Amino acid sequence: MSIEKKTGPATMAEGMTTAVLCINGEDHALVFPTHHTLLEVLREECGLTGTKHGCELGECGACAVLVDGEPVLSCLQLAAEVQGKTIDTVEGLQRDNELHPLQAAFADLGAAQCGYCTPGILMVADALLKRVPAPTGEQVTEALSGNLCRCTGYNRIVQAVLWAAAMERGDDWRPDETLFEGTALPGADG
Amino acid sequence: MTEERKLRLIGTPFRRVDGRAKVTGRTLFADDLHFPRTAWVKLVRSTVPHARIKSIDCSSALAMKGVLGTLVGEELPDSFGILPVSEDEHALAIDTVRFVGDPVVAVAAVSEDIAHAAALAVNVEYEILATVPDFDAALKTPEPRIHDYGDEGNLHKKISMEFGDIDDGMAQADTVLEDTFYYEGNNHLALEQHASIAVAEDDDRVTLYSSTQTPHYVHRALIKTLGLPPARIRVIACSNGGGFGGKTDPFNHEIVIAKMALKLGRPVKIALTREEVFYCHRGRHPALMHIRTGFTKDGAMTAQHLRTAIDGGAYGSYGVASTYYTGALQTTTYRLPNYRFDGARAFTNKPPCGPKRGHGTPQPRFAFEVHLDKAAHVLGIDPAELRLRNLVPADTITANWLQIGTTGLRECIEAVTAGSNWKERYGKLPPGRGLGLACSAYMCGAGLPIYWNHMPQSGVQLQLDRSGCVAVFCGETEIGQGSDSVLAAIVAEILGIDLKDIRLCVADTDLTPVDLGSYSSRVTLMMGQAALQAAEKARAMIAETVAEHLEVPADTLVFADRRVFRADDPEHGLNFNEAVVVAESRFGTLGTTGSYIPPRAPGRYRGSGVGPSPTYSYTAAVIEVAVDADTGLYNVEHVWCAHDIGRAINPVLALGQIEGSIYMGLGEATMEEQVFRRLPKRLSPALVHKMPSMLEYKSPGFHDMPGMTSYLIETADERGPFGAKEVGQGPLLPVLPALANAIFDAVGVRVDQVPIQPENVLTALQAKTAGKDARVGPKKFPSIDYGEVLRVPTPEQGGDGRAVGDPRAQHAGVRSASGTMKDREEALKEHSSATLTTD
Repeated sequence: MSIEKKTGPATMAEGMTTAVLCINGEDHALVFPTHHTLLEVLREECGLTGTKHGCELGECGACAVLVDGEPVLSCLQLAAEVQGKTIDTVEGLQRDNELHPLQAAFADLGAAQCGYCTPGILMVADALLKRVPAPTGEQVTEALSGNLCRCTGYNRIVQAVLWAAAMERGDDWRPDETLFEGTALPGADG
Repeated sequence: MTEERKLRLIGTPFRRVDGRAKVTGRTLFADDLHFPRTAWVKLVRSTVPHARIKSIDCSSALAMKGVLGTLVGEELPDSFGILPVSEDEHALAIDTVRFVGDPVVAVAAVSEDIAHAAALAVNVEYEILATVPDFDAALKTPEPRIHDYGDEGNLHKKISMEFGDIDDGMAQADTVLEDTFYYEGNNHLALEQHASIAVAEDDDRVTLYSSTQTPHYVHRALIKTLGLPPARIRVIACSNGGGFGGKTDPFNHEIVIAKMALKLGRPVKIALTREEVFYCHRGRHPALMHIRTGFTKDGAMTAQHLRTAIDGGAYGSYGVASTYYTGALQTTTYRLPNYRFDGARAFTNKPPCGPKRGHGTPQPRFAFEVHLDKAAHVLGIDPAELRLRNLVPADTITANWLQIGTTGLRECIEAVTAGSNWKERYGKLPPGRGLGLACSAYMCGAGLPIYWNHMPQSGVQLQLDRSGCVAVFCGETEIGQGSDSVLAAIVAEILGIDLKDIRLCVADTDLTPVDLGSYSSRVTLMMGQAALQAAEKARAMIAETVAEHLEVPADTLVFADRRVFRADDPEHGLNFNEAVVVAESRFGTLGTTGSYIPPRAPGRYRGSGVGPSPTYSYTAAVIEVAVDADTGLYNVEHVWCAHDIGRAINPVLALGQIEGSIYMGLGEATMEEQVFRRLPKRLSPALVHKMPSMLEYKSPGFHDMPGMTSYLIETADERGPFGAKEVGQGPLLPVLPALANAIFDAVGVRVDQVPIQPENVLTALQAKTAGKDARVGPKKFPSIDYGEVLRVPTPEQGGDGRAVGDPRAQHAGVRSASGTMKDREEALKEHSSATLTTD
């Protein structure tokens, strides 16, 4: 950034990009600084603040969105480079006024505590389930290994993804009841 | 109360009230807020650890297009700090910087990019002072002092207290054991970086939206630093993207942007980078500890002497309380008839340390529980049995005058030993495989507020009208722990309505009754009691009028399923909104309040303000570990954790707190460390964070988690709402020592420090092979003059809670760590027999 004199309005938007981005199936006509990331443009230009940031260095996964269906860390992705691609964020996950099974499972199983890492994890999980409708726990763990969560201890997140996958498949698999009520005391049921 | 009523909601799993917003991305965290014409602030932070400021030149920054203004320390001359005894911070440094990262100048601009560029253009000249890098250096380098206050040189706080007579106790022991331990500092690492936005309102008021766990205390800091009347400042805590104690201090940036908003007359925002969060810190104090305990041959403890030395960093923060906490809760799990605690906190030129989940107690808990494991081996007693023999009984008072409530520690130990098949497997697993056990206790809310006052620590206000909607106002702060859900559930339970019939208005200093904040595991108990009281009052008003309307006795009415009806004739009743109409017709506009003040603690000595709580939670954990003896690499295979929660308001959220605590404990035990390094002196005097990024500051990921089995132990305590105790912090405590003890069971070596790195295990294994002491850990404890010991006779000795020969103690004792001398004198004048009795 050069030091400029205060000489009134700029005549030309130097360093700016104009672009139409397709976000959650809707076109957004945007003007933004060329060096701004997709994360910044989503949050600041589009007002889509569901996508979070925890480091802005590609280390925590909180900013994950889908670009052409693949998980991308939006803090490392220049917005100018995703023109012509489809971008999906957490705001587009819900189906009309119904929660996506992933969202319902996360809410009911306590897989979201503070909820700050949740949007990024939901998007990565969504991409996984589209590719692998019946994942194993190991596959969920592997897919989410780039996302950090400081609240839950992760187990409920894995279980919620498996539960959502089952719901999507119409399978009646449910997470272990102990995740809802606590483990029965040894011998207590005897 | 409600014993005879059937509970419908409390104790059953329900979706958290903010659950939908959290999974749709609609929860608004502080950085998600935006107002028209928002200016951005960046802080110019010190690049040196300790220096006098010679000059500040903002001219280049101010000349940049888009720059709106700057702030320097002189414009915010009043100091602040969370504890009245250590208000040692300035929003922007005035003369002296005390750590790399100390804020010096604030720059506001029309965009974050320009603010960033302008901050880089600010030129600050420093006159370098000697750097004090750690506790040892602080001890050896009393001058130059980092602050001009504190107990001695660069020692901020010194404490020495003896309860009973440890010499006498040690003399009764068959075996006296001693150990030295080290616990590295670590960061909260909440996923959300701190952010705040301040709005200059149209009538000389300012509103601050912030990621804070303690809006009330931020409000107080703003009153002090902005010099505005309290009613002209409004603080709203947004939902926090995790806190863990890292957002409980009032922060420089909050004050700076409030001031900047008033200066510029427009909204002002700041969002800290992850690196800045590491430099704000307020996390776990690095702690060196020495513990010495006398045991009889059958395992009874006769006396304990604990010494701690903690590295506080550059400012007070919660540090005085943290220092007390390294000793205060040692007596809450096992009977300790004689106990001495010596604690000291040093000022060093590093980011300030403060409260993190467990606040000051995980360090000595680690020391105590590993020490006990060693004692069990020396005494030839099973570690679980040793603990069971020493349990603190319910409803007793400890040697340091803490009032114990219900305790389910026995049940916790029984649950985790049965779950892990301890009796069959402990000490009998194949080489490289081991089990370790540890226990703990934690407070359910600090007994005293941070500043001296007689007012409620939590308040709840209900507003009901003919719609049947109940609006609930409370200053409580949702940080992910589920406090909103607890608040809504308690009101819904009492009034027999749905969670969806409730609207919450929380954490707003203009609109909500004060709740002190989300710290010290206080919210469920304190807010819960206030909510219960407010809801019971509303219920009584409705019951009275509905009883007249239906011509039945009020005590035959049931509130359930959004109706008020006769117990013996459920068809005979009114819908809840009709019931409110009847009550509103009779009483006029309906509103009720509830408030909570903890019971007065029995201690009356100087320092007895830290440790008391209405009741205590209890936890036991067993960890199974597999260790590779060739490399020292180890893997945590499984964790069994049982927590005495009193009663779970919502089992899903309660279990989530246990699992999250296990996770965070394992992070501290295995990898997390907030550590610093000196740059080569010829290049720079800087003392910088070794790894201020989430990639290099290692924390556990999905792959790192073992299997977890959690047990909720319910020992309903009438001191809590529906019997509830805390769950947010306690379950972290036993995780670290249980791991260290499991590694010993697996390979017979001791790592007396955390984090436990594989190379530590390997080093100890190599020492063992060489026939040397199979241990890695600190070898000695420095000689520290802790000052004159305060002697306090114990309850068993017939003491009255006061120290020997301390004439002030009768009045001053209970709050010496919490109130300023001035506050105390004023309060004593007002109430010559000052009490906080509430029951």
